[in-house]
Amino acid sequence: MNKVLYKTFSVVIWSLFTIITLFPIYWMILVSTRTPVQLYGKPNLYPTFLEKIHWKNYTRPFVDGVFGDYLMNSIIVATSNALLVTVLAIMATYALSRYKIAAAETIFFWTMTNRMAPPAAFMLPLFLLFTLVFKYGDSNLFDTKIGLILLYCVFNLPFAIWLLKGIFDGIPKDLDEAMIVDGANLFTIISKLIVPLAAPGIAVTALLSFLFAWNEYLLAATLTSVYARTIPTGLSEFVTTTGTEWGTMAAVAVVSMLPALIFLALVQKYIVSGLTFGAVKG
Amino acid sequence: MNSSKTAWLLLSPTIVILIIVGLLPFLYVLYVGFFNWMPLGKNKEMEFINFGYNYRELVFDKFFIDSVWRSIRFAIVTLALELTLGFLLALSLLSSFPLKAFFRSVHTLPLVIAPIVVGAIFKLFLVQGLGPIPFLAKELFGFKLNYMSSEAQAFWTIVVMDVWHWTPFVTLTLLAGLSALPQDPYESAKIDGANNFQIFIYITIPMLVPVLIVVIFIRMMDSLKIVDEVWMLTAGGPGYSTRFTGIHIWKEVFEKRTYGYGSAMSVLYLYITIVICWILYSVMVSRGKANEDE
Repeated sequence: MNKVLYKTFSVVIWSLFTIITLFPIYWMILVSTRTPVQLYGKPNLYPTFLEKIHWKNYTRPFVDGVFGDYLMNSIIVATSNALLVTVLAIMATYALSRYKIAAAETIFFWTMTNRMAPPAAFMLPLFLLFTLVFKYGDSNLFDTKIGLILLYCVFNLPFAIWLLKGIFDGIPKDLDEAMIVDGANLFTIISKLIVPLAAPGIAVTALLSFLFAWNEYLLAATLTSVYARTIPTGLSEFVTTTGTEWGTMAAVAVVSMLPALIFLALVQKYIVSGLTFGAVKG
Repeated sequence: MNSSKTAWLLLSPTIVILIIVGLLPFLYVLYVGFFNWMPLGKNKEMEFINFGYNYRELVFDKFFIDSVWRSIRFAIVTLALELTLGFLLALSLLSSFPLKAFFRSVHTLPLVIAPIVVGAIFKLFLVQGLGPIPFLAKELFGFKLNYMSSEAQAFWTIVVMDVWHWTPFVTLTLLAGLSALPQDPYESAKIDGANNFQIFIYITIPMLVPVLIVVIFIRMMDSLKIVDEVWMLTAGGPGYSTRFTGIHIWKEVFEKRTYGYGSAMSVLYLYITIVICWILYSVMVSRGKANEDE
């Protein structure tokens, strides 16, 4: 009897929390399907019928407006960053895992500290470096996708190396040696042995790196102005929004949220260990 | 083949990138912090003042110091709420009940949503004249909810938003910690006739201390960093009520273009974060030692 009561109680509490989690998101999706007139007055919580969706909220920013470009920039930056981080992390982790390096611990620790620092403390020096110092002739890193792609490595590389280190350490060194005896070079060992064996971990690394680069706002906002703006910086253009723009703002937010929802299904198990950096066994 | 040379070759691209975009900005901000530099004001070029000038100004800068205290207060409040709520939820997830996997999946959802999008979600949800919450508050309780006109409401709105966004992190991390605890102490305690409350206070909590400290550590660091959500929701207002340090630096530096002073501010902000980090770390280490001694 007591157990049944406890189970009922748990289900009730968790249902409540599920509603609290989903309701604001549901409301945002609703807003994105409505015309300004429909949003006026008493909030209407009933779902919008498919044929009545006000698609203009989506087409106006993404097809007619500049948000299509922002979306493209976000896709390019996040994908390139994920690829770059994955390749570099595979190389670096292989070195840290297979060779004795005098300063390995120090290097490892130093890369970690990069991730802990508050980005707001680095926006000014990065802004100055990108505009005034890192330049060649008339071109500099400010407002370029390459600048953002390189920058996000600071946050993603330490995490990727940490995630892959555990996996690479688990692959027996005998396998490497057997391949060396057969005359394989380093590139063959990494591409034919390590990468296939560590494929799931590498996929998770790439997905989480993508997600971070996709979600990052503060540095993207300070280091771009026109040509390399990403979706989160576009969303912040609605800060001063009132009245008629709510639907558009909601539509942009829904689109920025999509990759997160898609990846949630794929990397759910790893999100917590990713956020704690494996400080907790789980 | 020289093996250590190969290793360094493999590591070099990573190290070069981290030096350029990680270490150089840090050194540069230390350097600029000693100068007077306002491109739009009277100091168009960098001008060296003396080593401590910007920092001396900063320590007496009421707005900056206030923003630091505001951030710390915010970090402590959200931490207390998230820890309590997350702990209770994690404990409930230890036993089985219908739909548990579904509830847990939904609970993970906020963690992957970008902070700026969370800000947008809450703006649409809470803004006067659109959101259902101010409407319901007025209809049901006659309470006027408008986070853009009341300083206290703005601060607590941000707190609620942060709790919504990050409690799942605390829940899932503590759940991982709880599931990994050894079962032997529980069995011996039960044999000795301890009740559930005693078991919780004398066995679960002490064994969970390392995990708790990791959670506290990470949540403190993240709360002190907060910018995106707040910027989207309140932009630091009304008044100064939600102007946390990150937002303060942003507004000061990019609106007034005070590069020298702004650099000093960034350094001090970094320094304060590191000090808090270090205090927590020493507590963690001494606690770990105390546990070993027992």
